[in-house]
Amino acid sequence: MSKKFYKLESKNLNAFYGSFHALKNINMAMEEKAVTAFIGPSGCGKSTFLRTLNRMNDYIDGFRVEGDILLDGRDIYGRDVRVDELRKEVGMVFQKPNPFPKTIFENVVYGLRIQGIKDKRVLAETAENSLRQTALWEEVKDKLDQSALALSGGQQQRLCIARALAISPSVILMDEPTSALDPISTAKIEELIYELKQAYTIIIVTHNMQQAGRVSDYTAFFYIGELVEYAKTKTLFTSPKHERTQNYITGRFG
Amino acid sequence: MTNSEKNRLKDKAFQVFGVFCTFIGLVVLAIFLIDILIEGFTRIDWEFLTNLPSRRASRAGILTAWVGTFWILILTSVIAFPLGISAGVYLEEYSKKNRLNSFLEVNIANLAGVPSIIYGLLGLEIFARVMGLGGSLLAGALTLSLLVLPIIIVTTREAIKAVPRSIRDASYALGASKWQTTWNQVLPASFGGILTGIILALSRAVGEAAPLIVIGALAYVPFVPTSPTDEFTVLPIQIFNWTSRPQADFLVNAAAAIIILLLITFILNGIAVYLRNKWQNKVKW
Repeated sequence: MSKKFYKLESKNLNAFYGSFHALKNINMAMEEKAVTAFIGPSGCGKSTFLRTLNRMNDYIDGFRVEGDILLDGRDIYGRDVRVDELRKEVGMVFQKPNPFPKTIFENVVYGLRIQGIKDKRVLAETAENSLRQTALWEEVKDKLDQSALALSGGQQQRLCIARALAISPSVILMDEPTSALDPISTAKIEELIYELKQAYTIIIVTHNMQQAGRVSDYTAFFYIGELVEYAKTKTLFTSPKHERTQNYITGRFG
Repeated sequence: MTNSEKNRLKDKAFQVFGVFCTFIGLVVLAIFLIDILIEGFTRIDWEFLTNLPSRRASRAGILTAWVGTFWILILTSVIAFPLGISAGVYLEEYSKKNRLNSFLEVNIANLAGVPSIIYGLLGLEIFARVMGLGGSLLAGALTLSLLVLPIIIVTTREAIKAVPRSIRDASYALGASKWQTTWNQVLPASFGGILTGIILALSRAVGEAAPLIVIGALAYVPFVPTSPTDEFTVLPIQIFNWTSRPQADFLVNAAAAIIILLLITFILNGIAVYLRNKWQNKVKW
C-alpha cells in the first residue's frame, strides 16, 4: 500500500505566547489539493495554528513554538529556512480584506515587485491570470489603475486572494476569509475555494460551521489549544467521536 | 435656593470660566499681534528685506537674517530628517520590547523637554569646539537638529503606529522582508503624519535664538552666508539684538522683523495642516 502524500504535517507542536500555552501537542497531517477547515470556539488556538503554518507569529514578542511543522517533508522552523521563501510557498488571506492603499494592479503584482521582478510583460500577464483565477478580471480589467480601496468588500477579498495567487504558492491559508462579507460575496468566495482546490492546498479557519460543511474535505475541531477531533468533514459532522465536538457542532456552545 | 438650582448655577459658572480660559491665550496673542503690526507693518518694504544690517536704523535690513534662517531651515531638515525618521522607524518597527528600549523611549521623551540653551551648550562644546566648526551655519544646524530630533522621533512613531497591523500582515504574507514592508507600505502610509511632525519641529527651530547665541552666531553679519561653513545670524537673534538697543527706531525694526518671522512660522504650520488634511483624505482604511 502506498503511503498517502501529505502536504503539511504538524508533529508534537506546542506554541506559547510568553507563559500562555496556546497550542498543546498538535499532531495532524493535511492532504494536498484538498480543503482542510479548522473550527472551534474563539480563543481555541485555530488561528494561532494557522499562523504557525507560514510563521506569521514570528513578529509577535514572546511567541515561540516547539515541535515541527513539515511542508513537503521539510521543517519550516528549521535553521536553513528563509521566511520569505516559505511565504512564497504558503500564501495567506486574512479575516478583513486588507488591500494596500494602491492601485488594483499594484496590489496584485506587489509580491512580484518585492521579488525584484520588473519585466512589464511578466507583471501584466501575472496580474491578468491571477485576476481571472479569482473571477475578478471582467469586473476590474478597465480600472486596473484605480485604487483598490474603491472596490466592494467582496471584490477586495477576491483581490487579496488574487494577490496571494500571483506569487504562485502551493498552499493558501485563509483566516475566516468571509466573516466580514455579505452572503452573496461569501458564496462567491466559497465557489472560488472549490475551484482553487484543484491546484492548491487550502487551509481555512472558519467560525461558520455550515461553511466548513460546504467547502472542506477535512475538518479539525480545536478546543482550548488542543486538537480534539480531526476527520473527513462528512464523518465529523455526522458522527463525531467526542462529546465536545458533538456539542459544538450542534450549537450547544460556541 | 434648592440643590438643583445650585447645581445648575455651578454648571453655568464653569462654562463661563471655561470660555474665559479658552479665550485668554487667544486674546493675549491677538493684542500682541495687533501691537506688533501697528508698530512694524509700515517699516516693511523691499529695502528692509534686501538691506544688510547697519548702525543706522533707517538703513538696516534683515537680508542676512532671513537668508541665515533659510539656510538653517534647510540644513537642519537635511540633518534631522533622516536621523529622526530612522530612529522612529527603528523604535516602532524593529526594536524588541526590552529594558534597554523602554529606557531609550523614556529618555527620548525626556529630551524633548530639555531647555534649548542646554542644547546650545552641548553644541558649543561638541560642534563649535571639538569638531572645530566655530559659529558656522553647520554648527548651528547640527545644534538645532539635536533640539528637534526628539520631536521628530516621537511624531514619526505616532504616525507609524497609526498604520494598521493588517497592512503589515498583508505585506509579510506576500514574502516581504521587514525593510520592504516598512519602505513600501508603512512609510508611504504614514508619510503625511511624519511630514507634519517634521514641519512643526522646523517651525520650532526657526524661532530659537538661545542655543544659536550660545554657539556663537553673530548679531552683526555684514555679508550673506554662501556656504555651510560661513558665519551667520538668524531672525530671532536679529530681533533680540534690535530690541536691546536704546534707539526707538530699532524697536520699530524689531517689530517688522517679528512680523516676517511670524509669517515664516505661520506658513510652515499652514503647510503642515495642508499636508495632514491631504494625506488623511488619501489614505483611508
